[in-house]
Amino acid sequence: MKSPNIIGFACQWCTYAGADLAGNLRCKYPPTVKLIKVPCSGRVKPEYVLKAFAQGADGVLVGGCHFGDCHYKDGNYKTKNRMDMLKQMLEEFGFDPRRFRREWISGAEGKKFADVITEFSAELQELGPNDALVDIQPGNEVEEVTRNG
Amino acid sequence: MADKIKLGFLLLGGCAGCEMSVVDLSEKLADTLEHVEIAFWAPTVADVKYDDLAKMEDNAIDVAFIDGMIRLDEHVHMARIMRQKAKTLIAYGVCSALGGTAGLGSLHSKEELFEKAYKNTPTTDNPDDVYPQPECLVDGKYDLTLPSYQEKVRLLNQVVDVDYYIGGCPPHYSHVEAALNALVTGRLPPAGSYITNGKAVCDVCDRNPVNKEGDHRAMLHRVLRTVDGIPDDDTCLLQQGYICFGPITQGDCGASCLHVNTPCRGCGGPLPGVEDYGAQAVSSIGSILNDENVTSQLQEKYPNLSKFFYRYSLPSGILPKKI
Repeated sequence: MKSPNIIGFACQWCTYAGADLAGNLRCKYPPTVKLIKVPCSGRVKPEYVLKAFAQGADGVLVGGCHFGDCHYKDGNYKTKNRMDMLKQMLEEFGFDPRRFRREWISGAEGKKFADVITEFSAELQELGPNDALVDIQPGNEVEEVTRNG
Repeated sequence: MADKIKLGFLLLGGCAGCEMSVVDLSEKLADTLEHVEIAFWAPTVADVKYDDLAKMEDNAIDVAFIDGMIRLDEHVHMARIMRQKAKTLIAYGVCSALGGTAGLGSLHSKEELFEKAYKNTPTTDNPDDVYPQPECLVDGKYDLTLPSYQEKVRLLNQVVDVDYYIGGCPPHYSHVEAALNALVTGRLPPAGSYITNGKAVCDVCDRNPVNKEGDHRAMLHRVLRTVDGIPDDDTCLLQQGYICFGPITQGDCGASCLHVNTPCRGCGGPLPGVEDYGAQAVSSIGSILNDENVTSQLQEKYPNLSKFFYRYSLPSGILPKKI
């Protein structure tokens, strides 16, 4: 399989700064992640995650601050509530929940960012491409043959 | 009279409850008959056959209401015919707009559903495993057919172009009246949108703490199901711990469920701008749960979250069926 395609939603105060630091520290990690900077991980709607999967992401990462570090006090608590429920729902739909990760990475944890991406990429490489969700989007699916339709 | 507006009603995979809402207009419906004519109403009310619709000229019906979701190939076929005959097509009720409760069937395979319906229910006696077949030859000469079952539930707009949507399971008759008035007077929203008052259920709910003197919104500190107790009938259900989808649902119903102490389950459809109702529900409810203990309480109380959050809207979601 070609290298996996990861969409990462990164909070601008922590995870995005962590990604910056990973670069400054010359940490090596695979070029598989496309980071989207968001004001806060609490800004990431579950809909964005589903949309990313529907448009062909093999994995989605939502990165925020550790508890107590949120710039807006409680954004990451909301993220946890939402993303935990979303993960359970993905599982109920028969979608592999390992494709979805929620991580707390602070601005000082450049190394952790690199490690998470390396590990996530390796895991996705094993899981293979995410075709299942892309194929069932309206417009992509082959219409069922109908007898009198 | 040539000036009368010609209406058509077509029931697809639904239960005809939406059509009952039209009938619930009672004397008002009789009054409107001066201005409108019912050209087609099948299979429920008028004595017409599917063929009569196919024989009509194109655009012969001014406004067509289609209720029910798409589950059988017959539904696809009839929806396409109705689209040809109707100038304006309305997805009427939550089944045709979002998939409805029957849409939850998309979380199961055809085999699972058939086994439940035709074999495993306690009142079913089916020792020979007889299941409905789309085609059957009787006595070697009668070739009988039934509409065939499709792999998943679809919305009306996944089969034909839809001009307007009306939510509700069923739509409240007062909203049906408002929608009919809007159609007759031509005061309609842009094509492709819901005919709605645009307000959330909370907006029209008497329990909303924001509208009460000295009250304020609070986070949820516990989660209760309606079987866990009887809610206080004046306080906001969310504040008492009963999960209610009022904040994210269109309030064309006038908060009817809340009047009978029942939490909103989202049949009104999503507020404008929301694409995936269930994901939005996760987002909104997730933001008012006080801490992770409350979240795990919710996950325990509702073991199948997708059936809870997508109760009326599963086929309309970005994940429209079990993979």
